[in-house]
Amino acid sequence: MSRRFNCTIRVAGACLAFAITALSSLALAEDEEHKHEHKHKNDMRSVPILPLYQQECGACHIAYPPQMLPAGSWHRIVNNMKQHYGTDASLDAATVKELEQWIMPQTNHARPLPEPPEDRITRSEWFTRAHHEVAAAVWSRPEVKSAANCTTCHVTAEQGNYSEHYVRIPGGGT
Amino acid sequence: MSIFPSPSVTRLLQVLALALVAAAPCVHAETSEQILDQYRTQAGTAPDPSRGQQFFTSKHDHEWSCSSCHGDKPVQTGKHVVTGKSIGPLAPAFNQERFTNTAKVEKWFRRNCNDVVGRECTPAEKADVISWLLTLK
Repeated sequence: MSRRFNCTIRVAGACLAFAITALSSLALAEDEEHKHEHKHKNDMRSVPILPLYQQECGACHIAYPPQMLPAGSWHRIVNNMKQHYGTDASLDAATVKELEQWIMPQTNHARPLPEPPEDRITRSEWFTRAHHEVAAAVWSRPEVKSAANCTTCHVTAEQGNYSEHYVRIPGGGT
Repeated sequence: MSIFPSPSVTRLLQVLALALVAAAPCVHAETSEQILDQYRTQAGTAPDPSRGQQFFTSKHDHEWSCSSCHGDKPVQTGKHVVTGKSIGPLAPAFNQERFTNTAKVEKWFRRNCNDVVGRECTPAEKADVISWLLTLK
């Protein structure tokens, strides 16, 4: 009887120890993940930028982070570069393929983004929400020029950092 | 302390040397004069810098001219007329990267001529523009 009792105690103890270890490592992992998430919350450069993407998509405008649009929008954009928002930005098929291979895996969000009108980043719901504090008059300032001109206010956008800590609005205000 | 680099540094140097050798044939060492010559040959006529300047600054019955983004005299940084993104000088004397790669030159002529003129440019028009850009010192 006492031997069985001892055994039960030992098994329970082992189970408890295992559970504590498992829980604490889970908590640690979550903590790490949280830290990681926090660090990358506004850092869109989780994947190093493809030099071809910087070269081809960063010549006329900032090389927008792929995470900003859903896969369907990107697919339409890269496969219709001849009519690219009013300009001919045509690319050869091999370049399009290579760009798409780099872009697409980055569009896998836990909650997929809805496809914005005209596949425009600036008409995305998240974009409107994130900029709701910006007064209409600010957008029309000549230095801002266009909502697509991220770097005017997001001074670290070229490095993939869109954190509000690095927002400097020309002419001041919000 | 050894005067020789550590094995990892040696390995890195070996890899870098190999990469340099492998990359050498890929480098496009063309000059703007060579690229102008290609268009001159295709056109079969002599390029005219003043015609090139006029072509560059005209709107060709469309919305933009080349100078809308590159500036009337592209010896300084230009600005994309829609996005505001800065564009490096186009005149080779002010930007040594310009007109050094035929494929890149062809890509931009194709796109920008479609936007500005509404069609692709002829070899004579390309030669005129480059010959004018080469006069800017």
